[in-house]
Amino acid sequence: MTISRKMLGAAAIAMTATAGYAASHLGDTSDKRIALSNNYAGNSWRQAMLQTFEDVAGAAAEAGVVAAADAFTTSENQATEQAAQIQNMILQGYDAIVLNAASPTALNGAVREACDAGITVVSFDGVVTEPCAWRIAVDFRQMGREQVEYLASRLPDGGNLLEIRGLAGVFVDDEIHAGIAAGVEDNPQFEIVGSVHGDWAQDVAQKAVAGILPSLPEIAGVVTQGGDGYGAAQAFRAAGRDMPIIVLGNRQDEMAWWAEQRDANGYETLSLSIAPGVASLAFWVAQQVLAGEEVPKDLTVPFLTVTQDNLDEVLASTPEGSVANVSYSLEDAQAVIAEAK
Amino acid sequence: MSFLSRHRIILPVVSLAVLLALTFWMQPRAMSYFGLNLLFNLAVPIALATVAQMMIIMVNDIDLSTGAFVSLVACITATFLNDAPLTGVLILAALVLSYAAMGAVIHALDLPAIVVTLGMSFVWGGLALFVLPSPGGSSPGWLRTLMTVKPPYIPMAVAASIIIAVVTHLLIVRSGIGTVLRGVGGNAQSVARAGWQVTWLKALAYGLAGLFGVFAGMALVGLTTSADANIALRYTLLSIAGVILGGGEFTGGKVSPVGAVIGALTLTLAASFLSFMRLPPDWQIGAQGAILILVLTARLLFARKGPAA
Repeated sequence: MTISRKMLGAAAIAMTATAGYAASHLGDTSDKRIALSNNYAGNSWRQAMLQTFEDVAGAAAEAGVVAAADAFTTSENQATEQAAQIQNMILQGYDAIVLNAASPTALNGAVREACDAGITVVSFDGVVTEPCAWRIAVDFRQMGREQVEYLASRLPDGGNLLEIRGLAGVFVDDEIHAGIAAGVEDNPQFEIVGSVHGDWAQDVAQKAVAGILPSLPEIAGVVTQGGDGYGAAQAFRAAGRDMPIIVLGNRQDEMAWWAEQRDANGYETLSLSIAPGVASLAFWVAQQVLAGEEVPKDLTVPFLTVTQDNLDEVLASTPEGSVANVSYSLEDAQAVIAEAK
Repeated sequence: MSFLSRHRIILPVVSLAVLLALTFWMQPRAMSYFGLNLLFNLAVPIALATVAQMMIIMVNDIDLSTGAFVSLVACITATFLNDAPLTGVLILAALVLSYAAMGAVIHALDLPAIVVTLGMSFVWGGLALFVLPSPGGSSPGWLRTLMTVKPPYIPMAVAASIIIAVVTHLLIVRSGIGTVLRGVGGNAQSVARAGWQVTWLKALAYGLAGLFGVFAGMALVGLTTSADANIALRYTLLSIAGVILGGGEFTGGKVSPVGAVIGALTLTLAASFLSFMRLPPDWQIGAQGAILILVLTARLLFARKGPAA
């Protein structure tokens, strides 16, 4: 009896100690509720993002670091829907909103309302321009530029490029495109001879590339935005053309195809994209802000690059139909914050 | 005729009241000045777009370009109207006129409105991307002030909905020209025999639709503070659903402006309600559709009972 009581007591002390450790050098956030506002769930990247958020934030909620961490996705990928969703979150009394925005500007009204209601808003991937919100951005422009630079290192003589763009009118598409355009300007041996919209989806990209291929000269390289590389490869193969260097976007099917080609004929390329786990980083940043930590408004997260060297390793850890991922911990978030200060 | 089929407005009012009661029950915080405004402020542009759609349905046509048109107006409001107000006003006026011209052409050449408006939606969408290739722009200060005004006692969203309903009711139901316009939907031939130029009337109806579409785009930018080319694409289907939910019918000029506004509010509220219920997003569209079918079924049942009683 006494022994079991003692043991219970010891267990209680140990638990308090762990809780105390988790909340070290920051305020208590165990009564705070954090919501994820997401505008789209229809591709592998977003599915992986939601999964990571559920894993990391769910575990944090279970451990008592926060009271709740709920994910919401709008039924349609529209800024107006998401603005309404954010307004609903204000009504539901969340303390922080982690946001992947449908538009960098069209949600500013709703974000402002959330800030006015005393809610911490942390945007990531699709960031918002409203000054009261935090932004965890990827340098998409650099991502476009890096693709061209990689091609320049592989093809010193240059050649014709095909550009596969994302969804028209979306900020990420414009940024990556601008980076690619800047890269081509710096490397005049390249010329973009064709450009199609692949909407970040294999099937759309395959159709679009198949449609434009007959009108194009010899293609040396394909610059992409992620999610479209495998479709492009299929279109090239179906047309019986020489396989150009297709820069990939970390999707499992793309990397599997890459590994297969590498084994068959020594195909070499580069794959880069933003890791969907950035949602977990945003979650921890929101938690840190709630805990009273001084966090700069603009944070940058590096993108995830897969090269010939680590292809097998990344491919092995990526579930079928998903995308290469890393999930961030509280310490990672603190490191990112410290770096930005 | 039964009481319900004579007063077709009752069903939309009851649907809204039931949904509102359920929302308040699930989320008591919504039952406040601040809460009501949050629940309904994005319904204001939808209500205006629904009224625009109603003008077209009133003359037996359907407009598949509403969403693209409102997006285009939003882009122009966030750019030209903000930077060079005079140019902005002129462009918006030109858009209203082109809508009127579209109506005249549809009637004069006897073209199917569904095809013409579908085609025009790509024109509006292209122009919107041309005006604002990437999201941005900003709302004119006065518009932002207007959409975030805090009147005493009644939240802006509720006050605006009432004003829209009253003004369009006076215009369409009470005024002489409104009656003639509904007559075009009811029996265009007899309106023509009575000496009216149906082409002009259709142009007027489409022009009014364009005008309310412009208001919708402006109201939306006032709320969001900026625009992008895809901002209102969903409004096409929402506006059609709103008109029908509000007691309107696709043919016969049977429309109700007050009902249309209530329909728009009901649709907005339905989305929030489902989100408060924590329904997974995959189910939400289906559930929204189910609510729509439920209300329409109720209407059909009452309409059938009407003649029998």
